[in-house]
Amino acid sequence: MSRRPELLIPIVFEAGNTSLRKVANWRSNRPVIERRLCTNCLICWIYCPEPAIYMDNAGNVQIDYDHCKGCGICAEECPRKAIKMVMENV
Amino acid sequence: MQVSKLLDLYGREGLSPGHSACQGCGATIAVRQVLLAAEPPYIVVSPTGCLEVISTPYPYTAWRVPWVHVAFENAAAVASGIEAALRVLERKGLGRRHKIIVIGGDGGTFDIGLQAISGAFERGHDLLYVCYDNEAYMNTGIQRSAATPIGSVTTTTPAGKRERKKDIVSILVSHGSPYVATASPHLWKDLANKVRKAQSIEGPTFLHIVAPCPRGWYYDSSLTIKIAKLAVETRVFPIYEVENGKYRINYLISRPRPVEEYLRLQSRFAYLLRPENAALLEEFKRWVEERWNQLLKLAAAFPP
Ligand SMILES: Cc1ncc(C[n+]2csc(CCOP(=O)(O)OP(=O)(O)O)c2C)c(N)n1
Ligand code: SF4
Ligand code: SF4
Ligand code: SF4
Ligand SMILES: [Mg+2]
Repeated sequence: MSRRPELLIPIVFEAGNTSLRKVANWRSNRPVIERRLCTNCLICWIYCPEPAIYMDNAGNVQIDYDHCKGCGICAEECPRKAIKMVMENV
Repeated sequence: MQVSKLLDLYGREGLSPGHSACQGCGATIAVRQVLLAAEPPYIVVSPTGCLEVISTPYPYTAWRVPWVHVAFENAAAVASGIEAALRVLERKGLGRRHKIIVIGGDGGTFDIGLQAISGAFERGHDLLYVCYDNEAYMNTGIQRSAATPIGSVTTTTPAGKRERKKDIVSILVSHGSPYVATASPHLWKDLANKVRKAQSIEGPTFLHIVAPCPRGWYYDSSLTIKIAKLAVETRVFPIYEVENGKYRINYLISRPRPVEEYLRLQSRFAYLLRPENAALLEEFKRWVEERWNQLLKLAAAFPP
């Protein structure tokens, strides 16, 4: 059996490559932003441990559902109460 | 440059998502904020602990910045070596100096790493040492450390710890460090500006950050920032800085919230709050009060 040599080298080739890992299956509740209430203040972003919150090209704050673990901090800390935690369908 | 708004920090991420920290990990929030604020070029050195384990699930790394992981006890020694080597390379025109930022847990800082830290601070290396304090050895399953507060249950203090938390800030001030400060992730602007300030000062500087841990403090993951805020507003974790030996309280809490508000949210203090442990609770409160009064005196000795 031939082995691919690069698989035998204990080296990480890309910086910050954990972003390739999806951790969405850690989540039992998903944060949902109510667009009408959100002022794009980024408070949720600075307190997210992942971070799984970003600003899209239009300047709107969005959740990155591949990397959100559903901790609920963003919903707790949003000064506008614009984030609701909704149970995932399992 | 001073940080005044979140857009000053946005887009400067040093850690990638997809790491394996527990949901709501306060240490990760603290470290993210440190890296968002830090001015490149810098090299991070970490001893073993949660941060190391959660950021490097092989074959992945969450680090977008140069990072060296070393043993549990010697992060400050390795940081000293890197700093000294870069200094020589720069003198020879072969490279340039980077700020060295050590980021370690309370176990790696208050306990096993202390002699390496003492050596680095005594020799005066140009580095910033950041301790994210989750008040126990979390990575190995919640054992007590010198940073665990009175009454807190850990797996090695099943009825609550009896001893006071070690005063790490005083230890580093007494080493003659030009800048030692405390910070909390709920006060992101204060934290970010302290990182900038510490980085701009030549010599060994220290930042002590409170890092609530839902796993080891036993509370709901959504409450991490609330708990950090309560730690500050009950005076359990005062926010202050010591610049060239001069103390300044950055958040003067004139009317503290009752300590119980902080304790009640965390099951690690469930024993402490039982009626039969009233004496231990009193000792916790005495510790908070004595430290605050001492800080007031030190700050008053150095009027602005
Ligand atoms: C010399 C040595 N003793 C013990 C260990 C096992 N060990 C690894 S991490 C750790 C605790 C780390 O605690 P802390 O520094 O507070 O970081 P945390 O995990 O809480 O983030 C221990 C005991 C080790 N790696 N090396
Ligand atoms: S904290 Fe609330 S208002 Fe601010 S960006 Fe996040 S969701 Fe929008
Ligand atoms: S629930 Fe937690 S992980 Fe998900 S976006 Fe909010 S703060 Fe981030
Ligand atoms: S045990 Fe605590 S410090 Fe460690 S990853 Fe989990 S929440 Fe963070
Ligand atoms: Mg710890």
